Amino acid sequence: MKIFVTVKQVPDTSGTVAVNPDGTLDRASMQTIINPDDMNAVEAALSLKDELGCKVVAFTMGPPPAEGMLRELMAMGVDEGVLITAREFGGSDTYATSQIIAAAIDTYGVEPEDIILAGRQAIDGDTAQVGPQIAEKLHLPQVTYAGEIKKDGDVLTVKRILEDGYMTVKVHTPCMITCIKELNQPRYMNIGGIFNCYQMPVTVMTYDTLKDHPLIDKSTIGLLGSPTNILTSFTPPQKGAGMMLEGDGKETTDKLAGILAAKHII
Amino acid sequence: MFNSSEIEAFKNVWVFCEQREGVMMPTTFELISEGRKLADELGVELCGVLLGDGVDGIAKELGTYGADKVYVYNSPLLKTFTTDAYTKVIVDAVEAFKPEILLFGASTIGRDLAPRCAARLHTGLCADCTHLDIDLDNYQKFLREASTLPEDRIERTKSVRLAGADHSVARDLKMTRPAFGGHLMASIICPRFRPAMATVRPGVMKRRENPREVELLHPAFELKPEDIRTEVTETVKAAKKLVDLIGADCIVSVGRGISKDVEKGLALAEELAAELGGVVGASRACVDAGWIGADHQVGQTGKTVHPKIYVALGISGAIQHKAGMQESECIIAVNKNETAPIFECADYGIVGDLFKVVPELIESIRQAKATK
Repeated sequence: MKIFVTVKQVPDTSGTVAVNPDGTLDRASMQTIINPDDMNAVEAALSLKDELGCKVVAFTMGPPPAEGMLRELMAMGVDEGVLITAREFGGSDTYATSQIIAAAIDTYGVEPEDIILAGRQAIDGDTAQVGPQIAEKLHLPQVTYAGEIKKDGDVLTVKRILEDGYMTVKVHTPCMITCIKELNQPRYMNIGGIFNCYQMPVTVMTYDTLKDHPLIDKSTIGLLGSPTNILTSFTPPQKGAGMMLEGDGKETTDKLAGILAAKHII
Repeated sequence: MFNSSEIEAFKNVWVFCEQREGVMMPTTFELISEGRKLADELGVELCGVLLGDGVDGIAKELGTYGADKVYVYNSPLLKTFTTDAYTKVIVDAVEAFKPEILLFGASTIGRDLAPRCAARLHTGLCADCTHLDIDLDNYQKFLREASTLPEDRIERTKSVRLAGADHSVARDLKMTRPAFGGHLMASIICPRFRPAMATVRPGVMKRRENPREVELLHPAFELKPEDIRTEVTETVKAAKKLVDLIGADCIVSVGRGISKDVEKGLALAEELAAELGGVVGASRACVDAGWIGADHQVGQTGKTVHPKIYVALGISGAIQHKAGMQESECIIAVNKNETAPIFECADYGIVGDLFKVVPELIESIRQAKATK
């Protein structure tokens, strides 16, 4: 039994975000982090490993420095990393990205008892599309928004969190589960892990590694193979500054209430 | 043989009409209203696609908001949502009837189903859209209001370079959405494949009545129990009543500023909300800290709201929070820190401790209402 976890290195959008004058993101000025929901997927994989003693393999697609992120995951307990990287893969939208990652996972080999875990969505795009699209390309069943995962033999019981409650879903392996933050609290790297992570195996899959896979075709990967195109990107205008009221006493709140009443807001 | 790149073969706007337990989800009516606008701009029909078990009755409701036709698929296997069953029926329907646009609500169902359908159909999907256009003049007018782009860049949005040639986007669906946690907006197109697919953020599109006689269609379809690889063993509603942020006229939201005394902070927010006839919202920090349920969360990962009054108490105003509330009609912010970014989008700001200011404000509002 293996657990595949898909992870992404993302700019930390919760920190200071710099925007270039042309409306694109100044990525060079931003910190990168491991996508938060992906950390919940990693923790879910490691919990199952603690319980069942299976192998955990992390897959990521990105530029070569993403290897550092794979090492961090190994210091947490992940057994192996796969870095998917090639110029031909750049500019991929969710459709093209899922083709490539599905091809990489398939090349590694999915066996009947295996599970693929992904974060619900990445904070740079917030699409939540790549997990289900990988599942589709691999012809596997999926359960999204997992808030709890239990395994009994080859059946997973997943608590799927909805807007107004939850549903309980049973699914057989092999399958894809996408994870949300309510699922668990990710563990930290451990000292032994940090010592050892640079001796652990990282496999690099390039365009040459994957080019003969049926999912990989110049017309379905990278910028040219992406069905969607960006027409334009822009920053919203700042709303004009409002009125700052002097003081924090009753006379100030009286003034505010007076304005609201005069404008028929209250 | 279905080929998603034969653009000319596709026609009409479709909306996936989400129902749960036989009740139409409110987002469906927002999408039908928006779909009507797009269909009119294209000069085509607006069709709903509704899956369930015995749902003809609720299909008729869609005529109120402008649907011309509804493709209804009834089966006990479609009573409860499963990814496999819904994907198969929708993909088969799209292959048979070839709509040029297909919209879903960005719910836990729409965001599970739409990517799966797009991957099987080999077409593009844009997630969590907040604005949709066909008409280029309307789109460019939108950009003049909603962006800081210079006129020459707005002018250039009429075409893109595709395979070395200029492609006019006049008939393409222009799908606009926030990216990078709301720091940037992006307009996405799907010029080479059909249908152009989008999930649309609940609560953003306006519901508009546009009544007409709606025609129900029941095409034959194939679905077998063995097509479905997951089993839903129970569906459980949250025990407590969830707050309706999207429908509220007034929202009083709390942030990290209540940490000094969470219980009192929440009580003050509730008292002020009651005085204004509103409900209590919260920033992500409060939800993550476990002070209040996730149904109260406003922002990029919570709900997008535009009430008449939005009061932000002790909320610093991270861009992710602002993305969910800055369209509110009147924003009042109370924060100890005068440099808090929330003041940049507030109509009225008070620098002070919310535990001092809110009781005063409640009293002032009571007096103002009494003397009115």
